[in-house]
Amino acid sequence: MAHTEKHSDWRRVLSPTGNTGDAVFRLLMLGAGLFVVSIVIAMVIALASDSMLSIRQFGFPFLTSRQWNPIKGEFGALPFIYGTIVSSLIALLISVPFSLGIAVFLVEQAPHYISRPVGFLVDLLAAIPSVVYGVWGIFVLAPFLRVYVEPPLAKWFGWLPLFQGPITGIGLLTGGIILAIMVTPIISAVVRDVLTAVPESQREAALALGATKWEMIRVVLVNGAPGIAGAVILGLGRALGETMAVTMVIGNRPEISASLFEPSYTIASAIANEFTEATQDLYLSALVELGLILFLVTFIVNGIARTLVWNVTRKTGGVGRAA
Amino acid sequence: MFSWIRSFQLVVSLAVLALLLVLGGCVSGGGGTDSGSIQLQGAGATFPNPLYQKWLSDYGKLHTNIKIDYQSIGSGGGIKQIQAQTVDFGASDTPMKDEDLKAAPAEILHIPTVLGAVVITYNLEGAPTLHFSAEVIADIFLGKIKKWNDPRIVADNAGAKLPAADITVVHRSDGSGTSAVFTDYLSKISGEWKEKVGTGTSPSWPVGIGGKGNEGVTGQVKNTPNTVGYVELAYAVQNKLPVAQVKNAGGAFVEPSVDSVTAAAAASANSVPDDLRVSITNAQGAQVYPISSFTYILIYKNQKDAKKGKALVDFLWWAIHDGESSAKELQYAPLPVEIVKRAEAKLNSINAGGTPLR
Repeated sequence: MAHTEKHSDWRRVLSPTGNTGDAVFRLLMLGAGLFVVSIVIAMVIALASDSMLSIRQFGFPFLTSRQWNPIKGEFGALPFIYGTIVSSLIALLISVPFSLGIAVFLVEQAPHYISRPVGFLVDLLAAIPSVVYGVWGIFVLAPFLRVYVEPPLAKWFGWLPLFQGPITGIGLLTGGIILAIMVTPIISAVVRDVLTAVPESQREAALALGATKWEMIRVVLVNGAPGIAGAVILGLGRALGETMAVTMVIGNRPEISASLFEPSYTIASAIANEFTEATQDLYLSALVELGLILFLVTFIVNGIARTLVWNVTRKTGGVGRAA
Repeated sequence: MFSWIRSFQLVVSLAVLALLLVLGGCVSGGGGTDSGSIQLQGAGATFPNPLYQKWLSDYGKLHTNIKIDYQSIGSGGGIKQIQAQTVDFGASDTPMKDEDLKAAPAEILHIPTVLGAVVITYNLEGAPTLHFSAEVIADIFLGKIKKWNDPRIVADNAGAKLPAADITVVHRSDGSGTSAVFTDYLSKISGEWKEKVGTGTSPSWPVGIGGKGNEGVTGQVKNTPNTVGYVELAYAVQNKLPVAQVKNAGGAFVEPSVDSVTAAAAASANSVPDDLRVSITNAQGAQVYPISSFTYILIYKNQKDAKKGKALVDFLWWAIHDGESSAKELQYAPLPVEIVKRAEAKLNSINAGGTPLR
């Protein structure tokens, strides 16, 4: 006992319960938490300081300029920002309904002997390396879209500027579709967890009131809405930062065009493509500034989405804050 | 009471164990460099990487005490690293610019090792062998010739069946020495190209879609009908792609091959400047393939460490003599004799504190 009393002062500060194991554990966990935060801060500082040259040279117009010509030393980020956001939106547009469908089917409708293996396969999609998706995109998806999808789109919806232009199978649409395939397993996995977390009593209550199965599922979906929104954000985060697969099919052309058939460019692809040969300091700095912009875009999108989720959660008291 | 003491002991002993492992790792890691063996680091161009790796493996077998590592991080990275002196030698597909040389702390020499070429490949039904004049290539990549059956393409390809389809241009999306050589050629033969686009590793392409790497360009050309793109010679030969014959400055259509590329270097030998930094695109001569270039190893003239410097010079000497024989089988064009002589003189001038290393 004398042993513990001797050191009780510092120990009490660290651990009100007077238990040294607790104190050590607390310190370790605090360190781990601070470590992660400090990495994020260090990254922002490094990105900002390395992009100073470009920020000084171009200022705010860097964000609004469409010129990207390393030979002439002209750098503008707008086509990359546009390509990043539009390809991610296409991805969400396609993958969210699919993911919801998969999750509802697996949780509410499929018998166990189907839902387990199918759920496992969907999860497996998330484990495929993105470069494999890219190769598949070049050799399978792009030719398929060129032959079977883009011509009918151009024929029936060609009056929309979205579906005009050359049909090559490479471009913004293909980039968006490959992203959709990549984010679907992430979104559906989280939505599955969310739906599973909705209390069984809700379903029983709905059914007891004479609801049909569809009406019951609607109740479940409304209950899980915040969690579903969180799942969508996770998917969006992946889509915004995805590099390799998109690079291989998006066409890598820094231009803003109304057509989804035209090639485009994302921020992550630009950095991956041009970093190795960026010899001039200004060029390198402009690429780092692109990285900073991607960081901020991701940060802002996540911030907005989390606020939305938080608002909905507060109102409905729903479940599924897993994300 | 004892439980926390025991857990505390456990934590401490684990920490000590981890520390020992880390220290042990350092010691054994540092133990490799004993008195006899020499380690050299190089980094740079991706284009000659397959050949350099073969050279390093072959040379390593002959000299077991010398270990040379080469990382293919791109020409830009090679230049940056040799400037920063973080590697013993750099490598680049294009010669360093004057301002890059000035930014380096000391004089850097360019040692040419082999030659490469850029070939025009395409996807047309029936895969006819096409003939392109310089002006036609420039106007296709400028987006001025839009259809495959354009009269100017037809004029040089009387027998070939050319569709009335749009031309889809495929170019490199990643910064690349291949793009630099190709745009250097286009700038020489087209005033409009020089003014509008210029020469560089990541030019702003007037038209087309970008593929990442030689494999990305090839993949998109192979999978998309009516495309045209450019890749390295070695890549095209190994993958059996259709390649165009290009009209050279002498007016002859020449098929890209190891021999026609070496011929381009031999034809330009007299005009190679003293520092060997030269572009040999659009060279004069009848058998010359016009889109050819040297690839270089970059090395400081004054080596800080005599022993490492000697090992490096010996290796390079071996490379431009014995090494050249394995170039051809990997589809790299060996240096012509005239250039080997010039490179020898450069290697002989390398010294450590005034003492020549050869």
